[in-house]
Amino acid sequence: MVANNSQQALSITLRVWRQAGPDQPGKFVDYPAKDLSPHMSFLEMLDMVNDELTRKGEEPIAFAHDCREGICGTCSCTINGKPHGPGRGIATCQLYMRTFHDGDVIVVEPFRATAFPIVKDLVTDRSGFDKIMKSGGFITARAGSAPEANATLIPKENADLAMDAAACIGCGACVAACKNASAMLFVAAKVSHLGLLPQGEVERDRRVLAMVGTMEEQGFGNCTNYYECSAACPKLISHDFIARMNRDYLKASFRSAFQHASNSTGGGAG
Amino acid sequence: MSLVGNLFKSSIGRKFLMAATGVVLIGFVIGHLVGNLQVFQHPDHLNGYAQFLHNLGPWLWVARIVLIVAVAVHIWAATMLSLENKQARGAQPGVKLWIRASLASRAVRWTGYIVLAFLIYHLAHFTFGVAGKEHFKERLPGYLMTSDYRVAGFPVVKQGTEVLDVHSMVILGFQNPIVAVFYIIAVGLLSFHLLHGVDSLFQTFGLRSSRWSGALRKVAVVVCLAYFLGNLLIPGAVLIGAKGLREGYRGPGAHVAAAR
Ligand code: HEM
Ligand code: FES
Repeated sequence: MVANNSQQALSITLRVWRQAGPDQPGKFVDYPAKDLSPHMSFLEMLDMVNDELTRKGEEPIAFAHDCREGICGTCSCTINGKPHGPGRGIATCQLYMRTFHDGDVIVVEPFRATAFPIVKDLVTDRSGFDKIMKSGGFITARAGSAPEANATLIPKENADLAMDAAACIGCGACVAACKNASAMLFVAAKVSHLGLLPQGEVERDRRVLAMVGTMEEQGFGNCTNYYECSAACPKLISHDFIARMNRDYLKASFRSAFQHASNSTGGGAG
Repeated sequence: MSLVGNLFKSSIGRKFLMAATGVVLIGFVIGHLVGNLQVFQHPDHLNGYAQFLHNLGPWLWVARIVLIVAVAVHIWAATMLSLENKQARGAQPGVKLWIRASLASRAVRWTGYIVLAFLIYHLAHFTFGVAGKEHFKERLPGYLMTSDYRVAGFPVVKQGTEVLDVHSMVILGFQNPIVAVFYIIAVGLLSFHLLHGVDSLFQTFGLRSSRWSGALRKVAVVVCLAYFLGNLLIPGAVLIGAKGLREGYRGPGAHVAAAR
Protein backbone atom coordinates (compact mmCIF):
# COMPACT_ATOMS: atom_id res chain seq x y z
CA MET A 1 0.00 0.00 0.00
CA VAL A 2 1.48 3.30 -1.01
CA ALA A 3 -0.12 6.14 0.88
CA ASN A 4 -0.47 9.60 -0.65
CA ASN A 5 2.23 10.76 1.74
CA SER A 6 4.77 8.62 -0.12
CA GLN A 7 6.63 11.66 -1.49
CA GLN A 8 6.39 14.02 1.48
CA ALA A 9 8.86 14.23 4.34
CA LEU A 10 7.31 13.23 7.66
CA SER A 11 7.91 13.83 11.34
CA ILE A 12 6.96 11.33 13.99
CA THR A 13 7.33 10.68 17.70
CA LEU A 14 9.11 7.49 18.65
CA ARG A 15 8.01 5.96 21.94
CA VAL A 16 10.82 3.52 22.65
CA TRP A 17 11.35 0.97 25.42
CA ARG A 18 14.60 1.87 27.16
CA GLN A 19 16.14 -0.62 29.54
CA ALA A 20 19.79 -0.39 30.59
CA GLY A 21 20.31 -4.09 31.29
CA PRO A 22 18.64 -7.44 31.94
CA ASP A 23 17.73 -6.80 35.57
CA GLN A 24 17.13 -3.09 35.26
CA PRO A 25 13.65 -1.58 35.22
CA GLY A 26 12.57 -0.37 31.78
CA LYS A 27 10.35 2.46 30.63
CA PHE A 28 9.05 4.16 27.51
CA VAL A 29 10.88 7.30 26.41
CA ASP A 30 9.67 9.64 23.64
CA TYR A 31 12.05 10.87 20.92
CA PRO A 32 11.04 13.19 18.11
CA ALA A 33 12.23 12.24 14.62
CA LYS A 34 11.84 15.10 12.17
CA ASP A 35 11.84 15.52 8.39
CA LEU A 36 12.24 11.89 7.52
CA SER A 37 12.31 10.73 3.95
CA PRO A 38 9.38 8.39 3.25
CA HIS A 39 11.79 6.13 1.39
CA MET A 40 13.86 5.59 4.49
CA SER A 41 13.62 2.20 6.12
CA PHE A 42 12.51 1.91 9.72
CA LEU A 43 16.00 0.85 10.79
CA GLU A 44 17.58 3.79 8.94
CA MET A 45 15.22 6.04 10.88
CA LEU A 46 16.49 4.42 14.10
CA ASP A 47 20.07 5.01 12.89
CA MET A 48 19.28 8.70 12.42
CA VAL A 49 17.73 9.01 15.85
CA ASN A 50 20.80 7.28 17.28
CA ASP A 51 23.17 9.68 15.46
CA GLU A 52 21.29 12.52 17.06
CA LEU A 53 21.47 10.87 20.51
CA THR A 54 25.19 10.23 20.10
CA ARG A 55 25.78 13.87 19.12
CA LYS A 56 23.96 14.93 22.27
CA GLY A 57 26.10 12.56 24.31
CA GLU A 58 23.17 10.28 25.19
CA GLU A 59 23.12 6.50 25.06
CA PRO A 60 21.92 5.35 21.62
CA ILE A 61 18.97 2.94 21.40
CA ALA A 62 20.23 -0.65 21.20
CA PHE A 63 18.43 -2.65 18.51
CA ALA A 64 19.28 -5.89 16.74
CA HIS A 65 19.87 -5.99 12.98
CA ASP A 66 22.15 -7.64 10.49
CA CYS A 67 21.28 -8.38 6.86
CA ARG A 68 18.67 -5.63 6.49
CA GLU A 69 17.11 -7.56 3.66
CA GLY A 70 14.72 -9.86 5.47
CA ILE A 71 16.73 -13.06 5.41
CA CYS A 72 18.71 -13.33 8.64
CA GLY A 73 16.00 -12.96 11.29
CA THR A 74 18.03 -10.66 13.52
CA CYS A 75 15.84 -7.56 13.50
CA SER A 76 13.17 -7.86 16.11
CA CYS A 77 11.06 -4.92 17.15
CA THR A 78 7.42 -4.98 18.10
CA ILE A 79 6.05 -1.85 16.46
CA ASN A 80 2.63 -0.52 17.47
CA GLY A 81 1.82 -3.83 19.13
CA LYS A 82 2.71 -6.08 16.19
CA PRO A 83 6.03 -7.89 15.82
CA HIS A 84 7.84 -6.41 12.79
CA GLY A 85 5.24 -3.67 12.66
CA PRO A 86 2.41 -3.02 10.23
CA GLY A 87 2.51 -4.84 6.93
CA ARG A 88 2.18 -8.48 6.05
CA GLY A 89 5.03 -10.87 5.46
CA ILE A 90 7.89 -8.47 6.12
CA ALA A 91 10.61 -8.15 8.75
CA THR A 92 11.29 -4.87 10.56
CA CYS A 93 14.20 -4.20 8.20
CA GLN A 94 11.77 -4.27 5.26
CA LEU A 95 9.46 -1.68 6.77
CA TYR A 96 9.54 1.80 5.22
CA MET A 97 8.60 5.12 6.74
CA ARG A 98 5.99 5.75 4.02
CA THR A 99 3.82 3.25 5.90
CA PHE A 100 3.38 5.88 8.60
CA HIS A 101 1.76 9.29 8.63
CA ASP A 102 3.09 12.66 9.57
CA GLY A 103 2.52 13.23 13.29
CA ASP A 104 2.19 9.53 14.22
CA VAL A 105 3.33 8.26 17.59
CA ILE A 106 5.14 4.97 16.97
CA VAL A 107 5.53 2.59 19.92
CA VAL A 108 8.64 0.42 19.65
CA GLU A 109 9.26 -2.49 22.02
CA PRO A 110 11.46 -5.56 22.20
CA PHE A 111 10.03 -8.99 21.29
CA ARG A 112 8.57 -9.75 24.69
CA ALA A 113 8.46 -13.22 26.30
CA THR A 114 9.80 -14.71 29.51
CA ALA A 115 11.95 -17.02 27.36
CA PHE A 116 13.44 -13.98 25.54
CA PRO A 117 14.99 -11.96 28.38
CA ILE A 118 15.81 -8.37 27.48
CA VAL A 119 19.53 -7.72 27.07
CA LYS A 120 19.25 -3.99 26.50
CA ASP A 121 16.55 -1.68 25.12
CA LEU A 122 15.14 -3.48 22.08
CA VAL A 123 17.61 -6.37 22.10
CA THR A 124 16.47 -9.68 23.53
CA ASP A 125 18.30 -12.93 24.14
CA ARG A 126 16.76 -15.43 21.73
CA SER A 127 19.22 -18.23 22.44
CA GLY A 128 16.27 -20.37 23.56
CA PHE A 129 15.73 -20.98 19.83
CA ASP A 130 19.36 -22.10 19.44
CA LYS A 131 18.91 -24.60 22.27
CA ILE A 132 15.83 -26.00 20.54
CA MET A 133 17.81 -26.32 17.29
CA LYS A 134 20.69 -28.01 19.08
CA SER A 135 18.36 -30.64 20.46
CA GLY A 136 17.21 -31.89 17.06
CA GLY A 137 17.11 -29.30 14.32
CA PHE A 138 19.62 -31.12 12.12
CA ILE A 139 20.21 -34.30 10.14
CA THR A 140 22.91 -36.66 11.39
CA ALA A 141 22.97 -38.97 8.36
CA ARG A 142 26.17 -38.66 6.41
CA ALA A 143 25.18 -37.26 3.06
CA GLY A 144 28.63 -37.51 1.45
CA SER A 145 29.36 -35.35 -1.55
CA ALA A 146 26.50 -34.00 -3.65
CA PRO A 147 24.61 -37.05 -4.96
CA GLU A 148 23.15 -37.51 -8.40
CA ALA A 149 20.06 -35.31 -8.40
CA ASN A 150 17.65 -38.05 -9.40
CA ALA A 151 19.05 -40.75 -7.12
CA THR A 152 16.52 -39.94 -4.40
CA LEU A 153 13.13 -39.02 -5.74
CA ILE A 154 11.20 -36.46 -3.73
CA PRO A 155 7.59 -35.70 -4.62
CA LYS A 156 7.21 -32.13 -5.77
CA GLU A 157 4.48 -31.48 -3.15
CA ASN A 158 6.83 -32.52 -0.34
CA ALA A 159 9.68 -30.45 -1.71
CA ASP A 160 7.41 -27.39 -1.95
CA LEU A 161 6.04 -27.89 1.53
CA ALA A 162 9.53 -28.38 2.96
CA MET A 163 10.60 -25.14 1.26
CA ASP A 164 7.60 -23.28 2.74
CA ALA A 165 8.71 -24.41 6.19
CA ALA A 166 12.38 -23.74 5.46
CA ALA A 167 11.53 -20.08 4.84
CA CYS A 168 11.57 -19.61 8.62
CA ILE A 169 14.32 -17.15 9.54
CA GLY A 170 14.04 -17.90 13.27
CA CYS A 171 13.35 -14.31 14.26
CA GLY A 172 10.93 -15.07 17.12
CA ALA A 173 8.04 -12.90 15.90
CA CYS A 174 5.72 -15.87 16.44
CA VAL A 175 6.65 -15.99 20.13
CA ALA A 176 6.25 -12.24 20.54
CA ALA A 177 2.86 -12.25 18.79
CA CYS A 178 1.48 -15.18 20.78
CA LYS A 179 -0.61 -14.42 23.84
CA ASN A 180 1.04 -17.47 25.41
CA ALA A 181 4.58 -16.76 24.15
CA SER A 182 4.50 -20.14 22.47
CA ALA A 183 7.27 -21.19 20.09
CA MET A 184 5.11 -23.76 18.32
CA LEU A 185 5.26 -22.11 14.90
CA PHE A 186 9.05 -21.93 14.96
CA VAL A 187 9.47 -25.52 16.16
CA ALA A 188 6.79 -26.74 13.76
CA ALA A 189 8.55 -25.08 10.83
CA LYS A 190 11.88 -26.72 11.70
CA VAL A 191 10.38 -30.13 12.44
CA SER A 192 8.38 -30.09 9.20
CA HIS A 193 11.16 -28.75 7.01
CA LEU A 194 13.49 -31.59 8.02
CA GLY A 195 10.88 -34.32 8.43
CA LEU A 196 9.39 -33.82 4.97
CA LEU A 197 12.62 -34.73 3.18
CA PRO A 198 13.95 -38.28 2.94
CA GLN A 199 17.27 -37.53 4.68
CA GLY A 200 15.50 -36.01 7.66
CA GLU A 201 12.57 -38.41 7.74
CA VAL A 202 14.81 -41.09 9.34
CA GLU A 203 15.06 -39.11 12.57
CA ARG A 204 11.57 -37.71 12.44
CA ASP A 205 10.24 -39.19 15.70
CA ARG A 206 13.32 -38.54 17.76
CA ARG A 207 13.56 -34.99 16.42
CA VAL A 208 10.00 -33.96 17.24
CA LEU A 209 10.12 -35.45 20.75
CA ALA A 210 13.45 -33.78 21.52
CA MET A 211 12.66 -30.37 20.05
CA VAL A 212 9.24 -30.14 21.73
CA GLY A 213 10.87 -31.22 25.02
CA THR A 214 13.50 -28.48 24.77
CA MET A 215 10.85 -25.94 23.78
CA GLU A 216 9.08 -26.65 27.06
CA GLU A 217 12.27 -26.54 29.13
CA GLN A 218 13.06 -23.12 27.70
CA GLY A 219 9.83 -21.78 29.16
CA PHE A 220 7.87 -21.11 25.99
CA GLY A 221 4.09 -21.31 26.39
CA ASN A 222 1.48 -23.67 24.98
CA CYS A 223 -0.39 -23.15 21.74
CA THR A 224 -4.10 -22.37 22.13
CA ASN A 225 -4.81 -22.08 18.42
CA TYR A 226 -5.21 -18.32 18.15
CA TYR A 227 -3.11 -18.18 14.95
CA GLU A 228 -1.55 -14.82 15.81
CA CYS A 229 1.88 -16.33 15.13
CA SER A 230 1.38 -17.05 11.46
CA ALA A 231 -0.24 -13.63 10.95
CA ALA A 232 2.84 -11.92 12.38
CA CYS A 233 5.40 -14.18 10.66
CA PRO A 234 7.59 -12.21 8.23
CA LYS A 235 7.61 -15.30 5.99
CA LEU A 236 3.87 -16.00 6.51
CA ILE A 237 4.59 -19.57 7.55
CA SER A 238 1.26 -21.33 7.96
CA HIS A 239 -0.05 -22.66 11.26
CA ASP A 240 -0.91 -25.78 9.28
CA PHE A 241 2.65 -26.79 10.18
CA ILE A 242 1.60 -26.70 13.85
CA ALA A 243 -1.18 -29.19 13.10
CA ARG A 244 1.39 -31.35 11.30
CA MET A 245 3.74 -31.19 14.29
CA ASN A 246 0.92 -32.05 16.72
CA ARG A 247 0.24 -35.15 14.65
CA ASP A 248 3.95 -35.98 14.39
CA TYR A 249 4.42 -35.60 18.13
CA LEU A 250 1.42 -37.74 19.05
CA LYS A 251 2.38 -40.44 16.55
CA ALA A 252 5.97 -40.43 17.78
CA SER A 253 4.80 -40.72 21.40
CA PHE A 254 2.60 -43.72 20.64
CA ARG A 255 5.20 -45.32 18.39
CA SER A 256 8.00 -44.94 20.90
CA ALA A 257 5.77 -46.60 23.52
CA PHE A 258 4.58 -49.59 21.50
CA GLN A 259 6.89 -50.19 18.58
CA HIS A 260 9.11 -53.26 18.55
CA ALA A 261 12.71 -52.16 19.17
CA SER A 262 15.98 -54.04 18.98
CA ASN A 263 17.69 -55.14 22.20
CA SER A 264 21.12 -54.84 20.65
CA THR A 265 23.33 -52.10 22.01
CA GLY A 266 26.08 -51.98 19.42
CA GLY A 267 26.22 -52.03 15.64
CA GLY A 268 27.11 -54.81 13.25
CA ALA A 269 26.13 -58.47 13.08
CA GLY A 270 25.84 -60.08 16.47
CA MET B 1 9.57 -39.67 28.62
CA SER B 2 7.00 -42.43 28.52
CA LEU B 3 3.72 -42.20 26.66
CA VAL B 4 1.85 -41.36 29.85
CA GLY B 5 4.48 -38.74 30.67
CA ASN B 6 4.17 -37.26 27.19
CA LEU B 7 0.39 -37.08 27.43
CA PHE B 8 0.18 -35.62 30.93
CA LYS B 9 3.31 -33.48 31.10
CA SER B 10 4.03 -32.18 27.63
CA SER B 11 2.37 -29.23 26.03
CA ILE B 12 1.04 -31.13 23.03
CA GLY B 13 0.08 -34.15 25.15
CA ARG B 14 -2.08 -32.08 27.47
CA LYS B 15 -3.70 -30.40 24.52
CA PHE B 16 -4.44 -33.84 23.11
CA LEU B 17 -6.10 -34.84 26.39
CA MET B 18 -8.10 -31.64 26.31
CA ALA B 19 -9.26 -32.21 22.77
CA ALA B 20 -10.05 -35.91 23.41
CA THR B 21 -12.07 -35.15 26.55
CA GLY B 22 -13.68 -32.30 24.61
CA VAL B 23 -14.93 -34.82 22.05
CA VAL B 24 -16.45 -36.96 24.83
CA LEU B 25 -18.15 -33.89 26.31
CA ILE B 26 -19.42 -32.67 22.94
CA GLY B 27 -20.91 -36.15 22.35
CA PHE B 28 -22.54 -35.95 25.75
CA VAL B 29 -24.02 -32.47 25.42
CA ILE B 30 -25.49 -33.25 22.01
CA GLY B 31 -26.98 -36.55 23.26
CA HIS B 32 -28.29 -34.78 26.34
CA LEU B 33 -30.00 -32.11 24.24
CA VAL B 34 -31.66 -34.68 21.97
CA GLY B 35 -32.96 -36.50 25.06
CA ASN B 36 -34.23 -33.29 26.63
CA LEU B 37 -36.12 -32.22 23.54
CA GLN B 38 -38.55 -35.06 24.35
CA VAL B 39 -40.13 -32.57 26.77
CA PHE B 40 -42.11 -31.36 23.75
CA GLN B 41 -43.64 -34.81 23.29
CA HIS B 42 -46.19 -36.56 25.53
CA PRO B 43 -44.91 -36.67 29.17
CA ASP B 44 -44.50 -40.47 28.74
CA HIS B 45 -41.40 -39.70 26.65
CA LEU B 46 -39.27 -37.62 29.00
CA ASN B 47 -40.45 -39.51 32.08
CA GLY B 48 -39.97 -42.90 30.43
CA TYR B 49 -36.53 -41.82 29.20
CA ALA B 50 -35.48 -40.71 32.71
CA GLN B 51 -36.71 -43.99 34.17
CA PHE B 52 -34.86 -45.91 31.46
CA LEU B 53 -31.61 -44.14 32.37
CA HIS B 54 -32.11 -44.91 36.06
CA ASN B 55 -32.83 -48.55 35.24
CA LEU B 56 -29.37 -48.79 33.66
CA GLY B 57 -28.12 -49.05 37.27
CA PRO B 58 -24.38 -49.69 37.29
CA TRP B 59 -24.08 -48.68 33.61
CA LEU B 60 -25.38 -45.26 34.50
CA TRP B 61 -22.50 -45.01 36.95
CA VAL B 62 -20.00 -46.08 34.33
CA ALA B 63 -21.22 -43.27 32.09
CA ARG B 64 -21.18 -40.81 34.97
CA ILE B 65 -17.62 -41.73 35.92
CA VAL B 66 -16.45 -41.36 32.31
CA LEU B 67 -18.00 -37.91 32.21
CA ILE B 68 -16.60 -36.86 35.59
CA VAL B 69 -13.12 -37.98 34.52
CA ALA B 70 -13.51 -36.17 31.18
CA VAL B 71 -14.55 -32.93 32.87
CA ALA B 72 -11.78 -33.24 35.46
CA VAL B 73 -9.04 -33.93 32.91
CA HIS B 74 -10.32 -31.22 30.57
CA ILE B 75 -10.33 -28.57 33.27
CA TRP B 76 -7.08 -29.75 34.84
CA ALA B 77 -5.30 -29.52 31.47
CA ALA B 78 -6.88 -26.15 30.67
CA THR B 79 -5.82 -24.75 34.04
CA MET B 80 -2.27 -26.09 33.89
CA LEU B 81 -1.75 -24.82 30.35
CA SER B 82 -3.20 -21.42 31.22
CA LEU B 83 -0.95 -21.03 34.27
CA GLU B 84 2.12 -21.96 32.24
CA ASN B 85 1.07 -19.56 29.51
CA LYS B 86 0.74 -16.71 31.93
CA GLN B 87 4.22 -17.46 33.23
CA ALA B 88 5.65 -17.72 29.70
CA ARG B 89 4.09 -14.43 28.59
CA GLY B 90 5.32 -12.39 31.56
CA ALA B 91 4.63 -8.70 31.95
CA GLN B 92 3.45 -6.86 28.86
CA PRO B 93 3.73 -3.17 29.69
CA GLY B 94 3.38 -1.96 26.12
CA VAL B 95 0.82 -2.40 23.37
CA LYS B 96 -0.71 -5.64 22.10
CA LEU B 97 -2.46 -5.57 18.77
CA TRP B 98 -4.74 -8.53 18.06
CA ILE B 99 -4.15 -9.49 14.46
CA ARG B 100 -6.69 -12.18 13.80
CA ALA B 101 -7.51 -14.32 16.87
CA SER B 102 -11.29 -14.83 17.02
CA LEU B 103 -13.33 -13.58 19.96
CA ALA B 104 -14.45 -17.15 20.65
CA SER B 105 -10.82 -18.23 21.03
CA ARG B 106 -9.89 -15.28 23.20
CA ALA B 107 -12.89 -15.80 25.48
CA VAL B 108 -12.56 -19.58 25.70
CA ARG B 109 -11.10 -19.68 29.17
CA TRP B 110 -13.82 -17.49 30.68
CA THR B 111 -16.67 -19.19 28.88
CA GLY B 112 -15.20 -22.49 30.13
CA TYR B 113 -15.14 -21.50 33.78
CA ILE B 114 -18.62 -19.98 33.63
CA VAL B 115 -19.89 -23.21 32.06
CA LEU B 116 -18.33 -25.06 35.00
CA ALA B 117 -20.21 -22.85 37.46
CA PHE B 118 -23.39 -23.51 35.51
CA LEU B 119 -22.72 -27.26 35.48
CA ILE B 120 -22.48 -27.31 39.29
CA TYR B 121 -25.73 -25.36 39.61
CA HIS B 122 -27.45 -27.57 37.05
CA LEU B 123 -26.55 -30.77 38.92
CA ALA B 124 -27.70 -29.20 42.19
CA HIS B 125 -30.96 -28.29 40.48
CA PHE B 126 -32.10 -31.38 38.60
CA THR B 127 -29.91 -34.23 39.92
CA PHE B 128 -29.48 -33.58 43.64
CA GLY B 129 -32.43 -31.27 44.34
CA VAL B 130 -30.40 -28.81 46.41
CA ALA B 131 -31.47 -25.78 44.38
CA GLY B 132 -35.19 -25.38 43.60
CA LYS B 133 -36.14 -27.97 46.25
CA GLU B 134 -39.91 -27.36 46.16
CA HIS B 135 -40.31 -28.77 42.66
CA PHE B 136 -37.62 -31.46 42.83
CA LYS B 137 -38.76 -34.69 41.16
CA GLU B 138 -38.84 -36.70 44.39
CA ARG B 139 -41.26 -34.24 46.00
CA LEU B 140 -43.69 -34.28 43.12
CA PRO B 141 -46.50 -36.83 42.80
CA GLY B 142 -45.50 -39.95 40.90
CA TYR B 143 -46.36 -40.30 37.24
CA LEU B 144 -48.22 -43.30 35.81
CA MET B 145 -46.99 -44.24 32.34
CA THR B 146 -49.91 -44.21 29.90
CA SER B 147 -47.96 -46.13 27.24
CA ASP B 148 -44.75 -48.15 26.87
CA TYR B 149 -41.48 -46.19 26.50
CA ARG B 150 -39.47 -47.85 23.78
CA VAL B 151 -35.77 -47.71 22.94
CA ALA B 152 -34.85 -49.23 19.57
CA GLY B 153 -38.26 -50.91 19.52
CA PHE B 154 -37.92 -52.57 22.93
CA PRO B 155 -40.44 -51.54 25.57
CA VAL B 156 -37.98 -50.58 28.34
CA VAL B 157 -40.52 -48.87 30.62
CA LYS B 158 -43.96 -50.53 30.68
CA GLN B 159 -47.34 -48.83 30.60
CA GLY B 160 -48.76 -48.42 34.11
CA THR B 161 -45.36 -48.16 35.84
CA GLU B 162 -45.15 -45.36 38.38
CA VAL B 163 -42.13 -43.17 37.63
CA LEU B 164 -40.72 -39.81 38.74
CA ASP B 165 -42.31 -36.80 37.06
CA VAL B 166 -39.24 -35.26 35.46
CA HIS B 167 -41.41 -33.57 32.83
CA SER B 168 -43.20 -31.45 35.44
CA MET B 169 -39.99 -30.76 37.35
CA VAL B 170 -38.37 -29.23 34.26
CA ILE B 171 -41.36 -27.07 33.44
CA LEU B 172 -41.85 -25.91 37.04
CA GLY B 173 -38.14 -25.09 37.18
CA PHE B 174 -38.22 -22.91 34.07
CA GLN B 175 -41.40 -21.15 35.13
CA ASN B 176 -39.05 -19.12 37.33
CA PRO B 177 -37.80 -16.49 34.86
CA ILE B 178 -34.47 -16.02 36.65
CA VAL B 179 -33.71 -19.73 36.30
CA ALA B 180 -34.80 -19.83 32.66
CA VAL B 181 -32.74 -16.76 31.70
CA PHE B 182 -29.70 -18.11 33.53
CA TYR B 183 -29.96 -21.38 31.61
CA ILE B 184 -30.23 -19.54 28.31
CA ILE B 185 -27.16 -17.41 29.04
CA ALA B 186 -25.18 -20.44 30.19
CA VAL B 187 -25.91 -22.53 27.10
CA GLY B 188 -25.13 -19.48 24.99
CA LEU B 189 -21.68 -19.31 26.58
CA LEU B 190 -21.26 -23.07 26.20
CA SER B 191 -22.09 -22.78 22.50
CA PHE B 192 -19.52 -20.01 22.18
CA HIS B 193 -16.98 -22.16 24.01
CA LEU B 194 -17.67 -24.99 21.61
CA LEU B 195 -17.23 -22.71 18.60
CA HIS B 196 -13.55 -22.46 19.45
CA GLY B 197 -13.43 -26.02 20.76
CA VAL B 198 -14.87 -27.76 17.69
CA ASP B 199 -12.48 -25.90 15.41
CA SER B 200 -9.52 -26.16 17.72
CA LEU B 201 -9.66 -29.88 18.39
CA PHE B 202 -9.00 -30.67 14.73
CA GLN B 203 -5.86 -28.54 14.89
CA THR B 204 -4.76 -30.31 18.06
CA PHE B 205 -5.31 -33.75 16.54
CA GLY B 206 -3.32 -32.55 13.53
CA LEU B 207 -6.20 -32.93 11.10
CA ARG B 208 -6.85 -29.29 10.22
CA SER B 209 -5.34 -27.61 7.20
CA SER B 210 -6.04 -24.48 5.20
CA ARG B 211 -7.45 -26.65 2.41
CA TRP B 212 -10.59 -27.21 4.44
CA SER B 213 -10.35 -25.00 7.52
CA GLY B 214 -12.84 -22.53 5.99
CA ALA B 215 -15.43 -25.30 5.63
CA LEU B 216 -14.62 -26.58 9.12
CA ARG B 217 -15.27 -23.16 10.58
CA LYS B 218 -18.64 -22.95 8.83
CA VAL B 219 -19.62 -26.40 10.09
CA ALA B 220 -18.56 -25.37 13.62
CA VAL B 221 -20.71 -22.23 13.41
CA VAL B 222 -23.74 -24.20 12.18
CA VAL B 223 -23.33 -26.93 14.82
CA CYS B 224 -22.93 -24.43 17.65
CA LEU B 225 -25.82 -22.29 16.47
CA ALA B 226 -28.08 -25.35 16.14
CA TYR B 227 -26.97 -26.50 19.57
CA PHE B 228 -27.77 -23.10 21.05
CA LEU B 229 -31.20 -22.89 19.39
CA GLY B 230 -32.08 -26.42 20.52
CA ASN B 231 -31.20 -25.51 24.07
CA LEU B 232 -32.92 -22.14 23.89
CA LEU B 233 -36.16 -23.86 22.93
CA ILE B 234 -36.81 -25.59 26.27
CA PRO B 235 -36.49 -22.75 28.82
CA GLY B 236 -37.58 -20.28 26.11
CA ALA B 237 -40.88 -22.05 25.42
CA VAL B 238 -41.69 -22.33 29.12
CA LEU B 239 -40.71 -18.71 29.74
CA ILE B 240 -43.06 -17.30 27.10
CA GLY B 241 -45.79 -19.70 28.20
CA ALA B 242 -45.84 -21.75 24.99
CA LYS B 243 -45.07 -24.92 26.93
CA GLY B 244 -47.12 -25.47 30.11
CA LEU B 245 -47.58 -28.23 32.65
CA ARG B 246 -49.15 -31.51 31.54
CA GLU B 247 -52.87 -32.04 31.85
CA GLY B 248 -53.85 -33.61 35.14
CA TYR B 249 -50.80 -32.34 37.06
CA ARG B 250 -51.87 -32.20 40.71
CA GLY B 251 -49.08 -30.32 42.47
CA PRO B 252 -46.57 -31.42 45.11
CA GLY B 253 -47.45 -32.97 48.43
CA ALA B 254 -50.37 -35.03 47.10
CA HIS B 255 -48.41 -38.22 46.89
CA VAL B 256 -44.68 -38.85 47.16
CA ALA B 257 -43.32 -41.13 44.47
CA ALA B 258 -41.91 -44.39 45.71
CA ALA B 259 -40.13 -45.54 42.59
CA ARG B 260 -36.66 -44.34 41.86
C1 HEM C 1 -16.88 -27.31 32.48
C2 HEM C 1 -16.04 -26.36 32.38
C3 HEM C 1 -15.10 -26.18 31.23
C4 HEM C 1 -13.95 -25.49 31.31
C5 HEM C 1 -13.41 -24.79 32.53
C6 HEM C 1 -13.33 -25.53 30.02
C7 HEM C 1 -12.15 -24.89 29.72
C8 HEM C 1 -11.56 -24.93 28.49
C9 HEM C 1 -10.41 -24.18 28.16
C10 HEM C 1 -9.65 -23.21 29.07
C11 HEM C 1 -10.08 -24.49 26.89
C12 HEM C 1 -8.82 -23.94 26.26
C13 HEM C 1 -8.79 -23.70 24.87
C14 HEM C 1 -7.63 -22.92 24.49
O1 HEM C 1 -7.09 -22.17 25.34
O2 HEM C 1 -7.29 -23.07 23.32
C15 HEM C 1 -11.06 -25.42 26.41
C16 HEM C 1 -11.08 -25.99 25.16
C17 HEM C 1 -12.01 -26.88 24.73
N1 HEM C 1 -13.18 -27.21 25.40
FE1 HEM C 1 -13.64 -26.74 27.28
N2 HEM C 1 -14.10 -26.25 29.18
C18 HEM C 1 -15.21 -26.66 29.88
C19 HEM C 1 -16.26 -27.37 29.41
C20 HEM C 1 -16.29 -27.93 28.19
C21 HEM C 1 -17.36 -28.73 27.72
C22 HEM C 1 -18.64 -29.03 28.51
C23 HEM C 1 -16.99 -29.13 26.48
C24 HEM C 1 -17.69 -29.99 25.51
C25 HEM C 1 -18.93 -30.15 25.49
C26 HEM C 1 -15.72 -28.57 26.15
C27 HEM C 1 -15.04 -28.74 24.96
C28 HEM C 1 -13.83 -28.15 24.64
C29 HEM C 1 -13.06 -28.41 23.46
C30 HEM C 1 -13.42 -29.39 22.38
C31 HEM C 1 -11.90 -27.62 23.53
C32 HEM C 1 -10.78 -27.54 22.51
C33 HEM C 1 -9.61 -28.37 22.86
C34 HEM C 1 -8.45 -28.02 21.96
O3 HEM C 1 -7.71 -27.07 22.30
O4 HEM C 1 -8.27 -28.66 20.94
N3 HEM C 1 -15.31 -27.84 27.21
N4 HEM C 1 -11.96 -25.66 27.41
S1 FES D 1 17.96 -7.60 9.65
FE1 FES D 1 18.07 -9.57 8.74
S2 FES D 1 15.97 -10.08 8.63
FE2 FES D 1 15.87 -8.04 9.30
